[in-house]
Amino acid sequence: MTMLQISNLHATVADKPILKGLSLMINAGEVHAIMGPNGAGKSTLGYTLGGRPGYEVTDGSVTFAGQDLLALEPHERAAAGLFLGFQYPVEIPGVSFVQFLRESLNAQRKSRGEKPLSGGEFLKLAREKAALLRMDIEMLKRPVNLGFSGGEKKRAEMVQMGILDPKLAILDETDSGLDIDALRIVGEGINAVMRKPDKAVLLITHYQRLLDYVKPDFVHVLAGGRIVRTGGPELALELEERGYEAVAA
Amino acid sequence: MMVRDGPSTSSAPPHHERRKEESVCPEGRLRSREAASRRRVSKDIPTRRDEDFRYADLAALAPLWPVEPERFVLEAEEEAGLAIIHTGADPVVREIELDLAAGAKFALHLLNAGSAYGRFVIKAQLGAGAEFHLGAAQLGSAGQVLEVVSEVTHAAPDAISRQVVRSVAGGKATVNYLGKVLVKPGADGTDGEQSVRSMLLTRTATANNRPELEIHADDVKCAHGCAVGELDANALFYMAQRGLPPEEAKKLMLQAFVAEAFVGAADGDALLEQATAALEAIL
Repeated sequence: MTMLQISNLHATVADKPILKGLSLMINAGEVHAIMGPNGAGKSTLGYTLGGRPGYEVTDGSVTFAGQDLLALEPHERAAAGLFLGFQYPVEIPGVSFVQFLRESLNAQRKSRGEKPLSGGEFLKLAREKAALLRMDIEMLKRPVNLGFSGGEKKRAEMVQMGILDPKLAILDETDSGLDIDALRIVGEGINAVMRKPDKAVLLITHYQRLLDYVKPDFVHVLAGGRIVRTGGPELALELEERGYEAVAA
Repeated sequence: MMVRDGPSTSSAPPHHERRKEESVCPEGRLRSREAASRRRVSKDIPTRRDEDFRYADLAALAPLWPVEPERFVLEAEEEAGLAIIHTGADPVVREIELDLAAGAKFALHLLNAGSAYGRFVIKAQLGAGAEFHLGAAQLGSAGQVLEVVSEVTHAAPDAISRQVVRSVAGGKATVNYLGKVLVKPGADGTDGEQSVRSMLLTRTATANNRPELEIHADDVKCAHGCAVGELDANALFYMAQRGLPPEEAKKLMLQAFVAEAFVGAADGDALLEQATAALEAIL
């Protein structure tokens, strides 16, 4: 089943063209990795799919789980099952993770016609997902990302992914800022939450190392706003060895 | 340091002298320092030339003028508090005078969220080692003016004053904070703090913040922070990406912002509940 179909996507940021005819298809059950040099448009792809204000689609189409993704507001995209793991998770003073995530999850459930979770039900779920990422539930009682180290923020992103249980996770450099142990924990977390027949993952990364833990089915090279090469996991190794310039040329 | 030409409350002439003072100061003439002080307690409706009324809604003020101050006198070591929740539709102008003897403590919490003009003037006189806390939140989104005007006088050593003011303005609302901390000669060991932040929800809203210090003693710790901003667009997108609709995301962020004014308040829950209801009304 096709989860995400991106066709000839063109997008601009501040009137500057960044994505220039990007096409990509992801089926349920697949893990894809997008690699590419700085400035290729990797993060722009994530933000454009998430619907970030300022990222304007000028051409092309995106279908997600049978819906026109680009017609949806950012929160509607989330409710439809799209999760974007941020490269730089945002700090929100005065708002606790627990409150934020419970309200977010219940807003998603409401729009899908599901019953809201009670405080107790939510805490049980949060505790379970936090344990998966070896994060103390007490940390989730603190304000969102405030005072968290880079690695803790990334782990918290994965806990959020576990709680929100999306269909498709786009993870933007989730591996950056992680030490070796944290990288393994995050990798195992991604597998536990998302390696399922009805889910899919798009990993945006610079490096091969996360792919040691989360084995991709496909690896794409993004350069100049388009996918210039697609291959299997071996492509990531080739990139690591020869560099983007040689492989993308 | 800024120095204003008006004296503190403590030196203002007693109430019954008002009538006599009325004609002392015709408009538009250069006034001596003395004359200026008398004009402030006259029955004449103030004009924008008076710094404390620079951003006031004078049309709404006129029928309510003059304002009888409400006076609270605390004996030595006495502790008291007051919570004011104003969310009504009528204009309100109140003036609260506090006189704190040595070691007395007073906490004033204010929710200024009416749909018409709301002006709260607070004048506090602090004795040795006294403590005064003001936590105020102002929320408006129509065309109303909401303002807190404070004058805290550290008249003796070692008094502490804390002022936390959080204002949210949408629509064409104007939110003001005009606050002065006056440290009198000999009031060494003074510890005064003003934390003032305003959030503008629209391009047509206005915030005027004027934290002011007038210090006549040497060993003094006075801090003020002041900022006007908008809701963090990055945070709003982050929250939307997790599934929160924009109004819900704004509400969560503004609740947290406003709650800073009510930290430690005895009626904190009631204040927050009312503030949340007021927030929902303006979003």
